[in-house]
Amino acid sequence: MAKRIDVTNLNSYYGNFRAVADVSLTIEPKSVTSFIGPSGCGKSTVLRSLNRMHEVIPGAYVTGSVELDGEDIYGSGVDPVNVRRTIGMVFQRPNPFPTMSIRENVLAGIKLDSKRHSKIELEEIVERSLTGANLWKEVKDRLDRPGAGLSGGQQQRLCIARAIAVEPDVLLMDEPCSALDPISTIAIEDLIHQLKDEFTIVIVTHNMQQAARVSQTTAFFNLEATGEPGKLIEINPTTQIFSAPREKSTEDYISGRFG
Amino acid sequence: MSQTLKGDTLPKWAPIASLAIAIGVAIALANTTAVAGTAGTSVLAVLIFIAIQTLWSFAVEGRRHAVDRVATTLIYATFVAAAAPLLSLLFEVFTRGIKVFNLAFLSHSMRNVSPLKPGGGVLHALIGTMQQVGVATLIAVPIGILTALYLVEHARGGRLSKAISFFVDVMTGIPSIVAGLFIYTAWILTLGFDRSGMAAALSLAILMLPVVVRTTEEMLKLVPNDLREASLALGIPKWKTTIRVVLPTAIGGIITGVMLAVARVAGETAPLLLTTFLSQSINNNPFAGPQAAVPTFVWDQLSSSTPASLDRAWAGALTLILLVMFFYGAAKLIARYYAPKA
Repeated sequence: MAKRIDVTNLNSYYGNFRAVADVSLTIEPKSVTSFIGPSGCGKSTVLRSLNRMHEVIPGAYVTGSVELDGEDIYGSGVDPVNVRRTIGMVFQRPNPFPTMSIRENVLAGIKLDSKRHSKIELEEIVERSLTGANLWKEVKDRLDRPGAGLSGGQQQRLCIARAIAVEPDVLLMDEPCSALDPISTIAIEDLIHQLKDEFTIVIVTHNMQQAARVSQTTAFFNLEATGEPGKLIEINPTTQIFSAPREKSTEDYISGRFG
Repeated sequence: MSQTLKGDTLPKWAPIASLAIAIGVAIALANTTAVAGTAGTSVLAVLIFIAIQTLWSFAVEGRRHAVDRVATTLIYATFVAAAAPLLSLLFEVFTRGIKVFNLAFLSHSMRNVSPLKPGGGVLHALIGTMQQVGVATLIAVPIGILTALYLVEHARGGRLSKAISFFVDVMTGIPSIVAGLFIYTAWILTLGFDRSGMAAALSLAILMLPVVVRTTEEMLKLVPNDLREASLALGIPKWKTTIRVVLPTAIGGIITGVMLAVARVAGETAPLLLTTFLSQSINNNPFAGPQAAVPTFVWDQLSSSTPASLDRAWAGALTLILLVMFFYGAAKLIARYYAPKA
């Protein structure tokens, strides 16, 4: 049940500081959209604004609208908990819950909701989520071992399994491979390819080859100077961005002339 | 130009030889001059040792090694100076306390035992201490942990949280007798309750509270923010994030903190004298009547000052130390059990 996201005039603030100015873009369902740009350009902030994780930081707030299939997630009466349930997130550093086993990690989001699930149902969810994250074969015999005992790449796939276990419509990934080695990175990228058949995926990455490999649409963010807010420079099909970008600064960035 | 990487070094036995010479010289000096006592001689020996070794090292190894040896010596000397009183105290309490410390001592009260005669025991005081500290823990720990949760998870630097932090700091500095006086005036004089184990527990709770708040706060701050965000991003509500993710991650440290607070108040004497006073008999009800406690037992036996009561005082002190060590050991075990495993 992938959903479309329409962002209109999004401004994200940290206290008085405007980190992102006037971002408007559309994220297509069942495809991968990547955000690229230099450090501090606001791509992670935009990503976190898409599931109301931005406001978790004290003093941070957002203006503008983010519509999920036409429903504004910043509308009045919208519960951020429901938004985050619908729009899942994977972080830069793998962060499995250290006190929980692999199984408990996968079920963390399920068990903590108010519904009751039967044991068989839970086992199915564990297997389905871990299979979906390409981790089932590696961990199926040690589901009761601590999640923190896995390798970095496995931990990140565990976090993806945990995120897809609650069956979100959209999956946000904030530099999911930047703490991983090339082999684990390939594993995650393969996984992203499979996941896009079911989910809308947005991925922030510093690695332009990665953006080229995994995404159908690429958005380039930039900032004029440090202290200025980040802006969306252009959003276009990935093939076009990497072959014939519309803007000069996009071309400079992807050809390695700055950033 | 060839240069060797090896420099001249002192032989391995150099420190021991220097120390032996230094001790010999110090003792000789102490016998012939006015330097008196073990402490003075020890300090003198250390100084002579530093002088001999430094000069020797400076001549053979050069300046850098000489300075290194001085610093090493000073660090070891300060360690010994810090550890010596503790070891000597433990040694003293164990050797003197063990005399009447036995099963009979642990299983009898002082009811109908004359201060002049041997016999009797600490059971009534152990029961009192357990109950008073237990009730104090039941009061202070929930309040303390909830306060810390509010400060770290919810307030994040608001005005109320600054005020709470300030008053917690002030409470940390309250002398224990003042906490006892407060309960005495508020609970016993103003509200008209009797002296009881409960009154003692209230004053101990006042002393425990800031320790519990502070340690819990520190432990909660150590929980990586990543985990909170990971939980919130799964659509887990904030309160469940706190209970299921943040608290379990920090629980080992929190338990250690609570146990240290327990150990601290288990040895308090002054507030107990004001709030529950003394008793020679077992009182199983902390809500009525005076109740003994181990520290006040020691105080009471000491003030009788007969050979038999002094033996009992030392044995009581030993009981108290063992009790605190037991709490500490239990805390370590529990903390290890709950520690995140990899």
